[in-house]
Amino acid sequence: MAHTVPVGQKWWSGGKSPFNVEYGKLMMWYFLMSDAFTFGAFLISYGTIRFSSTSWPDPNEVFRSFPVIGEMSVPLAFVSLMTFILIMSSVTMVMAVGAGQVHDRKAVIKWMFLTILGGLAFLGCQAWEWTHLHAEGAWWGRNPFPNIDGTQSTTNFTNYFFTITGFHGFHVFSGVIINICMLIKTWRGDFERTGHYLMIEKAGLYWHFVDLVWVFVFTCFYLL
Amino acid sequence: MDSTQTGGLEQEKNSFDTKAIWRTFWILLGITVFELIVAIIYFETHFFPKHLLNGVFVIMTLAKAFFIVAEFMHLGHEIRNLIMTIAIPACLFIWFLIAFLWDGSSYHDLRMRYDGYQYEQSKTKVKPAEKHEEGKKPGVE
Repeated sequence: MAHTVPVGQKWWSGGKSPFNVEYGKLMMWYFLMSDAFTFGAFLISYGTIRFSSTSWPDPNEVFRSFPVIGEMSVPLAFVSLMTFILIMSSVTMVMAVGAGQVHDRKAVIKWMFLTILGGLAFLGCQAWEWTHLHAEGAWWGRNPFPNIDGTQSTTNFTNYFFTITGFHGFHVFSGVIINICMLIKTWRGDFERTGHYLMIEKAGLYWHFVDLVWVFVFTCFYLL
Repeated sequence: MDSTQTGGLEQEKNSFDTKAIWRTFWILLGITVFELIVAIIYFETHFFPKHLLNGVFVIMTLAKAFFIVAEFMHLGHEIRNLIMTIAIPACLFIWFLIAFLWDGSSYHDLRMRYDGYQYEQSKTKVKPAEKHEEGKKPGVE
């Protein structure tokens, strides 16, 4: 659990890291804080509009399709698959970080590769979902889904859905790019030369953050 | 004590625990599956009030967020001061949520009271046929 600074120790007098983490990792944390507020602003804006609306489309009706099986209705099945993929890739990322901490280069390469695969799988799923919704007539400014109580819906639903999942998808995309860079650097042995795998940890923090945001996006759009 | 500080950053070397990671994974998966089952039961039967259900979903989500941040992002194992520099600013979200959702619901009430058009719209059902036509578009997988 959390370590506390021993009493009487001059922790802030210089010469050591007061938070006992590397500078870049700390700054990654603060960047993620700011990013959390960006996502938070998006999601809370969505919440505000939803609270101001009399009714809203039913996610179980909108998100009920799955590739290949055609018109069969399986509410939320596909998005749970996406969630599973992302949680799984978070696990492989932790494994990569762990392997980096014991300088096991081969294992880092393996786990990073799996993480990238997971990220790409997630992006593929999202591409399918967007394409499918687009084919159903949903897009920015177009909303074919009526409200759950049968009244006419506004385009708020689709606007927010595509903007927020798009912004999240862009984060996944950049995360995959970062992970690919880290994989290449690991493969070239850059981290063996610098003597630590902290870059993997920083990429890992970003990747877990993407997973964290998805947890909230998942709840806000598909469950509530 | 001091030896850990000279090597400060290497200190984590042995703190990595595969078992804890998998446990976290199963917890996250379990919560998600539970959420889905409840959502589908609600969809099929409308068994319990939706407001109650939303409360459950929010609590579950926060639990998942906690596990991701504490275990996957390793924050739970960092120095207390670091945890606080993350956790305290995050508390702003409490105000953020309450203020804006309150605003949204106030706007809703005002519209229902003073905006006749919006009020009418909220009572007028659209033809249910429209929905099915959309769903059965050819070429949609």
